[in-house]
Amino acid sequence: MRVVRALSAALLTLTVAAGPAAADASPSPSQDEASAPTRAGTSFRTATEIEQGQRATASGSTGDYLYWSFPADTGQRPTVEATVKLPETHASQTWQIDVWDGLRRRQACRYGAQTRTAEADTSSMKLTCVLRTVRAWSEPWGNDPLPGTYYVRLTATGVATADLGLPVDTGIRVDSKDIGGSAAVDGSLAEPLVPGIASKAEEEQEDAAVLAGLEPEDGWTSGWWSDRWVWTAIGGILAALAGVGGYALTRGTGRPSRVPPGA
Amino acid sequence: MITRTRLAAGVCALLAALTAGLAFPAGAAAGEPTGQDAPKVDLVLDVSGSMRARDIDGQSRMAAAKQAFNEVLDATPEEVELGIRTLGADYPGDDRKTGCKDTAQLYPVGPLDRTEAKTAVATLSPTGWTPIGPALLKAAGDLDGGDGSKRIVLISDGEDTCAPLDPCEVAREIAAKGIGLTIDTLGLVPTAKLSRQLSCIAEATGGTYTSVEHQDELTDRVNQLVDRAADPVVTPVPAEGADRCAAAPTLKSGLYTDREEFGQQRWYRVDVPPGKELRASVSVAADRAVNPGYGVLMQAVTSKGREIVRGEAAGNGRTDVISTGLRYPKAESDDEDAPAEAVCLAVSHSFSAASGVKATPGLPLELTVDVVDAPSQAGDVAAFGLGRGWWLLGVLILTGFLAGLVWGWLSRWRVAVWRTN
Repeated sequence: MRVVRALSAALLTLTVAAGPAAADASPSPSQDEASAPTRAGTSFRTATEIEQGQRATASGSTGDYLYWSFPADTGQRPTVEATVKLPETHASQTWQIDVWDGLRRRQACRYGAQTRTAEADTSSMKLTCVLRTVRAWSEPWGNDPLPGTYYVRLTATGVATADLGLPVDTGIRVDSKDIGGSAAVDGSLAEPLVPGIASKAEEEQEDAAVLAGLEPEDGWTSGWWSDRWVWTAIGGILAALAGVGGYALTRGTGRPSRVPPGA
Repeated sequence: MITRTRLAAGVCALLAALTAGLAFPAGAAAGEPTGQDAPKVDLVLDVSGSMRARDIDGQSRMAAAKQAFNEVLDATPEEVELGIRTLGADYPGDDRKTGCKDTAQLYPVGPLDRTEAKTAVATLSPTGWTPIGPALLKAAGDLDGGDGSKRIVLISDGEDTCAPLDPCEVAREIAAKGIGLTIDTLGLVPTAKLSRQLSCIAEATGGTYTSVEHQDELTDRVNQLVDRAADPVVTPVPAEGADRCAAAPTLKSGLYTDREEFGQQRWYRVDVPPGKELRASVSVAADRAVNPGYGVLMQAVTSKGREIVRGEAAGNGRTDVISTGLRYPKAESDDEDAPAEAVCLAVSHSFSAASGVKATPGLPLELTVDVVDAPSQAGDVAAFGLGRGWWLLGVLILTGFLAGLVWGWLSRWRVAVWRTN
């Protein structure tokens, strides 16, 4: 009976300990809307940097290639959401968002409406791309998402010549789901996949233009912490308790009655 | 009329030169930490006869442009050097040859004197032809020199009337000079043909095209473009790739630009010391009409010709760029002074020019190279080989329990053996 009680107590502790870590899935709180960027870049080099959880807006023209970049760290699964407010009169248009990592390798969307066609009477549309989980390490031959800068491009891929140049209002927001320990892999990069990071370290100039300068809110994680430590430690404790329990079973309950006191 | 404008322009130039002479040393003394020159913007305004049309919010196109210019001149950031060039402002006659040379610098590119510039703009009245091509060439000349960002903002209401010099070709040639110049175009109440021509000019240099039907749109857009010029950007260094590994130029960490013709392969070389990681990415821009279906391939190759790793990408449909990248971590060496390995990067793309499109100069190519510390290797799929999940707990509990049982029985047996003896 004692064993069962001890076990259930241990399990309870475990659920309490692992619960918050596993369920830490709420998107990061929204930033001050006033400080959000109100423009977009036109190439990788000039991409406007945005933070996660920030809603950036930009007015542009149909046919423009609008670029933003955002930092994503280990264990995050970013979702890119773009809105396009189309001009009053327009022909049917196809819009698309593409995402690249810091090495300008195109990243696949797990799901979400990455490409959408707006018919002539549509006034706005919403595009979504849910990326894969960012891993701490991958083989150089792989294309897995790694911590670093990510580029987003929003553009009209199918557009009639008469619609070129018409004004549009666009908005973009990136939120991440924290995947936690189930995505914790071994190994880590020495530096996040931020373009120009090697030249930045050399120059050490405050005002110098950089390809990408934004970091996640709390800086890049060192990558050694994950809830796997908690699971493994609790597993060890439970194993020890179970060992004591097993030992106790073989000994019976308490002192044998036939043994005289003081023997 | 002509002489008067010239005189005004001359006076402006002199004044600007003086102000520049006075202002520059002061700026240098204040210390420009970026080491970059001031961004330059040249506004190119169409002053052809068609600008008389009264179809922008009930006023003439010229009046709308003037008002927009006044507001833009007020809002121009301090650090931007702004100039204004006109096309078709002076020659009202019918002679095509003369009409197509009609472009003049209304206000020279330099530190801005708002009053001077506004006065100059006020003198304009719609007059002549639309020589977009020659005006762009001259505007590129106006912006020459310095390593800051350069931008031409072209505002026109009619397509080029000076064929056979195609302004789109002109834009591409300007871009090919590698001076990092962007041309943004704005069409006032454009026709489909003008839209096509102006967006072609914009795409040739990585710029944007906007069609304008209202006064406030014009002001907002030009303001936005001038502001964009003021943003500090990294200027790429021109590099010239070779046709084979042995002759390839050696690149260090940085941002590079080059041109690559259709069907060509470009080679570059990077030295990677042991314990370092090479990160390279390349993007090839489509600055002209290309056929749908394209790709880019970058291979990292040893000096012996063995491929180490490759990055590849393919696409289809309307695009401005196709890009890919690769990583190559070089293992730590036991030998302390082991030499750096020369890794060759071979870049090729599979764009094909649409029919009737010139193949030269090549497509613009942008290359980033970063040599950083190598990553720590993974010894296991999971972080530090740690476990996770209910199965792990179950197995550990079961193992612990069995171990406890065995231990208990063992000790009972030992006690029993001890008792018997």
